[in-house]
Amino acid sequence: MALVSGGLDSMLAVKLILEQGIHVEGINFFTGFCVEGHTHAIRKRDQKRPKRNNALWVAEQLGIRLHIVEVVEEYKDVVLNPRHGYGANMNPCLDCKGFMVKKAHEWMLARGFDFIITGEVMGQRPKSQRKETLPVVAAESGAGDKLLRPLCAKLLEPTRPEREGWVERDRLLDFSGRSRKPQMELAARFGFDDYAQPAGGCCFLTDSQYSVKLADLWQARGEREYDLDDIMLLKVGRHLRPRANFKLIIGREEGENNFLEGYRSQFIHLRTLSHRGPLVLVDGKPDADDLDLAARLTARFSQGRDAEKVKVEIQQPGHDPRQLEVIPLPPSDIPQGWYL
Amino acid sequence: MSRECLDVRRLLCPMPVIRTQQSVEKMQPGQQLEVICTDPGARHDIPAWCRVNGHRVIEIVEDRGEIRIAIEIGDGD
Repeated sequence: MALVSGGLDSMLAVKLILEQGIHVEGINFFTGFCVEGHTHAIRKRDQKRPKRNNALWVAEQLGIRLHIVEVVEEYKDVVLNPRHGYGANMNPCLDCKGFMVKKAHEWMLARGFDFIITGEVMGQRPKSQRKETLPVVAAESGAGDKLLRPLCAKLLEPTRPEREGWVERDRLLDFSGRSRKPQMELAARFGFDDYAQPAGGCCFLTDSQYSVKLADLWQARGEREYDLDDIMLLKVGRHLRPRANFKLIIGREEGENNFLEGYRSQFIHLRTLSHRGPLVLVDGKPDADDLDLAARLTARFSQGRDAEKVKVEIQQPGHDPRQLEVIPLPPSDIPQGWYL
Repeated sequence: MSRECLDVRRLLCPMPVIRTQQSVEKMQPGQQLEVICTDPGARHDIPAWCRVNGHRVIEIVEDRGEIRIAIEIGDGD
């Protein structure tokens, strides 16, 4: 059972094991924070980019089956209570790796597989792939010596698949460090000329701006909780918090507006009627004065930003829409601190 | 042959693939499933998932932003 992220390292690790004549199937976890797919699908300007799920694409290149498993609910505990803490942002990388190997281990036991492989490389990542932390992942996941890292196996104690002779240790590798050169050379040897470029992170939690928005969400709600819609909406639009009791999510272009349309039944929302403009969702509990401010901000981000008056419609779910004319809020009246 | 229907409109990838996988797991080889989706990514991802897992895409119809993908469940080989 192989953890397949869609990146090059796991692709190479699987290939090394396939070359030894071993049956491999891939597993890929969807946490809700995965960069893969979503944002490209939402944003209009990205719609000309090739849309492919890299994990599926890798599986197809390798000729293996791939199981994509949703772990949104279970993953919350990793994000909210990481035993090993966070990285530079809200990224609980070491706990995350342990969680994924643990899930793969459960899958392995349920489906009769013998061991797990990952594309980990010693020293590749500052937190989760250090010499000291690789054994932590093996121990805390429960996989123990049934966890094989083909790309750096020769730098580690032999695992059970090696000791039992299921895998030839001599044909495994000794990659270490942050350089990508050995992986690139191996990719070339295998004839892989198209693969997802290593970007240093496959997860929004490594993104500083996203982490700020997530921390703001928790602070505003007074509890560290989220659901899938919450974390999806953090990926979309311009987020402004003018007051502690509400924030605005402002679509930046047509694709984002279309995406936000799907949330109209759950949120107070505003749009401009006299000019082209964004769809704006209001998250929180605004009073009448707050909604006037929201309307002026909506006008500010519309094509009527320089007009004397802009007509805005406010719609509360379950109520008739209300129209009002407002003066767009001048940029000088929008403190930088409102932007999340 | 009757087709089961799976509505995953509004869901973004990989959720349409995950829901498809969950439905297919409950079905038998030879049965058919029609998936209705709106994420353009699903147009590529669901067929790719079918190819790697031994299922057959019978047809793909796109109409006014909706994509309907009909699948015949394979025997897992």
